Amino acid sequence: MSAGHAIPAGVSAAPGRGRRLLRATWRFARTQPLGFAGLVVIFLMLFAGIFAHVVAPYDPLAVDYGAMLSAPSAAHLLGTDDFGRDIFSRVIYGARTALAIGFLASFAGSSLGAVIGVVSAYFGGRIDMAIQRVMDILLAFPIIVLALSVVTVLGKFIVLGLNLYLIVAIAIPIVPKVARVVRASALGVCVMPYIDSARAAGYSHRRIIFRHIVPNVAAPYLIMLTAFMAQAILLEASLSFLGLGVTEPTAAWGLMLSGSSEQFYREAPWMILFPGLAISLAVFAFNLFGDALRDWLDPKFKV
Amino acid sequence: MIRMTSLSFTLAAAAMVAAPAAAQAPKKGGELKFAVSAEPPNYDCHGATSFAFIHPVRPHYSTLLKFDAPKYPKIKGDLAESWTVTEDGLTYTFKLRSNVKFHDGTPMTAADVKASYERIVNPPAGVVSIRKAAYSDITAIETPDPHTVIFKLKAPNASMLTNFASPWDCIYSAAKLKADPKFPEKNILGTGPFKFVEHAAGSHWVGARSADYYEAGKPYLDGFRAFFITNAAARVNALQAGEVLTEFRGLAPAERDKLTKALGDKVEVLESPWVCNLVVTFNTEKKPFDDARVRRALSLAIDRWKGAEALSKIALVRHVGGVLRPGYELAASDAELAKLPGWSKDVAKSREEAKKLLKEAGVSDLKFKFTNRNIPMPYTPVGVFLINEWRQIGVAVEHEQLETRLYTNALRSGNFEAGLDFNCDHVDDPSLQLIKFISADKSSINFGRYNDRKLDELYEKQARATDPKERYRLIREFEAHALQEAYTFPTIWWHRIIVQWKQIKGWDITPSHYLNQDLADVWLNQ
Amino acid sequence: MLRYTAKRILLMVPTLIGVAILVFILLRLAPGDIVELKLLAEGGRVSPEALATERARLGLDKSYWLQFVDWMAGLAVFDFGISMWTGRPVIDEISSRLGLSLQVAIMATILATAIAIPLGTLAALYKDTWVDHVVRVFAIAGLAVPSFWLGMLLIMGLLLTFNWIPPLTYTPIYKDPLGNLAQLIWPALAVGYRYSAVAARMTRSTVIEVLQEDYIRTARAKGVYERLVVARHAMRNALLPVITVIGLEFAFLIGGLVVTEQVFNLNGIGKLFVQTVTRGDYTMVQALVMLIAAFFIVINLLVDLLYAALDPRIRYR
Repeated sequence: MSAGHAIPAGVSAAPGRGRRLLRATWRFARTQPLGFAGLVVIFLMLFAGIFAHVVAPYDPLAVDYGAMLSAPSAAHLLGTDDFGRDIFSRVIYGARTALAIGFLASFAGSSLGAVIGVVSAYFGGRIDMAIQRVMDILLAFPIIVLALSVVTVLGKFIVLGLNLYLIVAIAIPIVPKVARVVRASALGVCVMPYIDSARAAGYSHRRIIFRHIVPNVAAPYLIMLTAFMAQAILLEASLSFLGLGVTEPTAAWGLMLSGSSEQFYREAPWMILFPGLAISLAVFAFNLFGDALRDWLDPKFKV
Repeated sequence: MIRMTSLSFTLAAAAMVAAPAAAQAPKKGGELKFAVSAEPPNYDCHGATSFAFIHPVRPHYSTLLKFDAPKYPKIKGDLAESWTVTEDGLTYTFKLRSNVKFHDGTPMTAADVKASYERIVNPPAGVVSIRKAAYSDITAIETPDPHTVIFKLKAPNASMLTNFASPWDCIYSAAKLKADPKFPEKNILGTGPFKFVEHAAGSHWVGARSADYYEAGKPYLDGFRAFFITNAAARVNALQAGEVLTEFRGLAPAERDKLTKALGDKVEVLESPWVCNLVVTFNTEKKPFDDARVRRALSLAIDRWKGAEALSKIALVRHVGGVLRPGYELAASDAELAKLPGWSKDVAKSREEAKKLLKEAGVSDLKFKFTNRNIPMPYTPVGVFLINEWRQIGVAVEHEQLETRLYTNALRSGNFEAGLDFNCDHVDDPSLQLIKFISADKSSINFGRYNDRKLDELYEKQARATDPKERYRLIREFEAHALQEAYTFPTIWWHRIIVQWKQIKGWDITPSHYLNQDLADVWLNQ
Repeated sequence: MLRYTAKRILLMVPTLIGVAILVFILLRLAPGDIVELKLLAEGGRVSPEALATERARLGLDKSYWLQFVDWMAGLAVFDFGISMWTGRPVIDEISSRLGLSLQVAIMATILATAIAIPLGTLAALYKDTWVDHVVRVFAIAGLAVPSFWLGMLLIMGLLLTFNWIPPLTYTPIYKDPLGNLAQLIWPALAVGYRYSAVAARMTRSTVIEVLQEDYIRTARAKGVYERLVVARHAMRNALLPVITVIGLEFAFLIGGLVVTEQVFNLNGIGKLFVQTVTRGDYTMVQALVMLIAAFFIVINLLVDLLYAALDPRIRYR
C-alpha cells in the first residue's frame, strides 16, 4: 500500500511501516469482521496454492484405475474422479490455477486500465478522446463474449503450466472498466488548481503523476483489483467449463465441473459439489474482502 | 448384431429372458423421439460426413443396397430388387423395384440412380462429393431400361458391393438434379420411408410416414422426432426422463450404468464393437519422429490389454485390435496380434525394448507435445491414458487439447508433433480403414506426411484381391509393416453402447452408427 | 438535454464501426477455417480442389479488405449475409433463437427486481441486525456462486426428486404458456439469482445513504410516520441507482446466458454464439457480436440518459 492518502486518519504515527500495517490490519479486523474473514480465507487459499505440493496428499495428475469414482474417505478426503485422481489434491492445485490466473489477469488488466485511465485524464484533449473511443469499443462487448473470442483466436501459449493467452483473454475485458473508473478519479484531481501550478512550475509529468495523481487513484485501483480477481476466477471457470480455458489434465475448478462430472452426478456427486464450492468460496472471499476494503478506504466509492 | 446386457444387473438380465425368439407382431403407430448430439449443416448426403447428418436425414432417402442389420455384414436390396456381378467383377447389374415413388409422387427410375451416381463419381462444379475416390473404378453407368442399371468398372474391386450399400449414396431425383445440381443441399426429396416435415434449426427435426413407401405395411412408425442436444449430460437426462427414447450414436459406460440403475427394466442395453478407433499419428517431418525406432518405442510402451480393461469402465473403448476391427473376419486373431510391436501381453519386456530403442535413437529423455481434440469422450480419457503410459518409459508429454477447428487445422497443416487422430468408417472394409496408413500423396487423411510405397503396393493388391484368403494374407503383411514403421498406430477400438427404452422394437445394433438408420423396421410397443 | 442525447447517439456510430473492425480482425487471426472443419473434421476424404471450391463459394478466397468491404456494404442495407455453416440467412438463424434468450433475460430481470428491492430495503432499514447480515450473505453468495453451477444443481435436483426435466423444445409463450414457462423458469432462476444479488446490494447501499440524508431526518423530526418517510422520500431517490444497475446488468445477462444455455441445452443466441465461434462461422459471429454490441451500447445509452434526465448534475459534465 502506498503511504499517505490511502491509509485513513486515526492510525497513530507509530514507528515503522510494518507496525503501522499491523495496526491497520488489526483495526480492519475489528471494524470489518466479514472482510477480515474473507482476507483470512484468501490467505489460506494462497498458502494452499503456493505450497500445493506439500499440502496435497496426491499428485493431481496421478491416475489410479483401482480407485475410480470412490466416495470421500480417509484415503481420499473428497473422493476421486472417473480417473481415480484425488479430488482434494485437484482442488488444492486448482486453487493454484485459479489464483494464479485470477491474480495475473486481474493485475494485468487493472494495471493497464489504471495506466490508461491516468494518461487519459492527465493529458486530456485529443489523447483522452481517442482513448475513450477505444475503451468504448471494448466496453461494447459482454465480458465473456470478448474473452471467448480472444481465447479462440489466440489458442494456446503455455508458460510454466499456465496458458498466457487465457490470461490475456480474461485481462482484456477488465482494462476498459478499470480505465473508466480510474479516469474519473484522476479527473477529480487533475482539475485541481495545484496541478496547474505544478505544471507551470516546471515539474515533470512523471513527478506530478506519481506524486499527486497516483495516490488518489490507489484506492479505487485496489478495490477494482480485488473485485476483478473474483470476476477473473469466475470467468476462467466459465471458459474452462466451455472447454476453451484450461484443459485436461490440468487441475482447474471450472474444468473439473465440465464433462464427466455431469455424467456421474448420481454415482459421484462429490465431483460436482466440491469444485463448485471451491469456486464459490474463492469468489465469496474476494467479494467480502473487496467490499470491506472499499468501505474502509473510500466509503463513497461506487463501481 | 450382438445383444449383450451388463450381467451385473439382474433386472436387465431377467428382462432378456423375453428376448425375441418368437417375434411379436409389429404394431403400427407412434412417434419415435430420439436425441442427436449435433446438427447437420446441410441436407446433401453426398457431401456429408457426420453421423449428425445420418440420424435425422437418412430416413428420408433410399439407397441401392443396404445392410441387413441383424445379419451384419450381409447386404440386402433397398431400391434394388436383385443384382448380379459378372465373373470378372467388371460389370454390376441391378434390377430396380418398379413401385418406388419420390415423396412428391413422381416414380423413381433407373435414370435417377444414374444421375445420383454420376453426381457422386463426377460431381459438377460447386458440388462436394466426399466419397468420390471410392468410385474411381466406375467407367460407365448404363440404363438399358427404366428398371435396370449397369455399372461398368475398369478393374475388379473387392469392396464395390459394400460401396453400393453405403448409407451416403442417397438416390436423388434426376429431374431436380438437372434443374439444379445443388438442389439436395437445401431440399429433401427422397424415396425413403419418411417424408420431411420440419427442421427447426438448433432445436429439432420431424419426419412423418410416407404412404408411398415401396414396402407395403412399412414404416410402422407414424413419424419420428429428432432433438438436437449438444450437452452430453442433458442428453442422458432426457433419456432418463423418457423425453427421448434412444440415442443412436453410443453412450459411455457410466451413462449406461446410470440409466440402468435409474430405470431398471424399462430400458434395454444393446452393445457391439465399433468400427471406430483412435490412432496416434506422428509428424514424420519433425525430429525425432522421423526415426521409426522412436515411433515404435512409443507404441511398445502402451499396455493395450490392461489399458483396454481399465478404460472400458470409463470410456467407450474396449477392444484390442490392429488396423482392422477385432471381430471382423479379415482382422488379425489375438495370437497374431500378440506378435505385433506394442500388442504383446508381456508389457515389462515391451517397455524394456522401448527404452532401449529410445536410447539407440539418442532421445532417452524425450519430451513432446501431444495434440488432442477437446472432446471429453473418448478423446480425453484415451489421451490421459496414453500420456500415463509414456510416463512409464520416462517420456514427458504435454497434453494439448484443442477445440475441433484448431485441432483439424493443426493436424492438416503439420503444426504438431504427435497427435491423436481417429479412424472411423461406416463399415468394416480394409479399403476404407487402410486409407489412413498409405502414403500422404495418395491419402488425404494421412497427416503423418510420409510416403511408403510398400504400403501403397499392398493396399492396391488387397483392393483387387477377390479371394478372401489372399486378401487376408496381404492385409497381415500390410499390418506388420505399418506397425513396424509405426508412422501411425492404433490404440484401442471403440465399443458401442446403446440404451433404449423397452418400447422400441425392430432396431438392431451394428458396429457402425452410420448404418441401419432409415427406421423402416422400427416399431413402438405401446 | 437534447444536445447531450444527440451527441451520445452520434458517438454510437464510430463505436459500432470500431466493434466491427475488431471482430473482423479477431476472427481472421485464428488459424483454420470453417471449410476445413466442415469437410474434414469427421474424417472426410476431400481433394484440395473441393476445398478450394468451397472456400471460393463462401468468399473466403478474396482478400481481407474485399471481404470487409463486402460485409460493410451488406450491413448498410441490413443484409447480414448467410451462415457459412448452414447456408441459411443469418437473420433467420438469429431471429429463431432471439426470442428465447430475450425471454429468459426478461424473466430473470423481473425475478431479480421482485426479490432484490424488498430485500435490499429491509436490509437497509434494519442495518446491522441479523436481517441485514442474512441479506448480505444471500447477496454475496449470489455473486459468488457460478450461475452455470447453480443451473447444474437445479437440474440434478429436479431429476433426483421428480425424475423430470424441463421440456426440450421451445414454444413461444403465447402458444403454450405452461410448457414455455416450465422450460425457461429454471435458467431464469439460475441467472436471476446473481442478478438479484447485485441489485439487492445496490438497493441496500443507496437506501442507507438516502436514509442518512438531511431531508429524511427533517421528515422524521417533524414526526411523519416512519413508513411514509421511507416510502415517499427515500425510495424514490434510492431507486435511481438501482434502476441504473438493473439496466446495466440486463445487458450483461445476454453475455451471461452464454454458459447457462449450454447447461440447460437452450436453443438461444448464447449457445449459438459459442457454436459459431468455435466453428469459425465468420458471418454469424460478426452479426451476433454486432447485435450484442449494439444492444449493449443502446442499453448503456438509455440508462445514462435516464440518469441524466433525473439527475441534472450529470448533464453538465
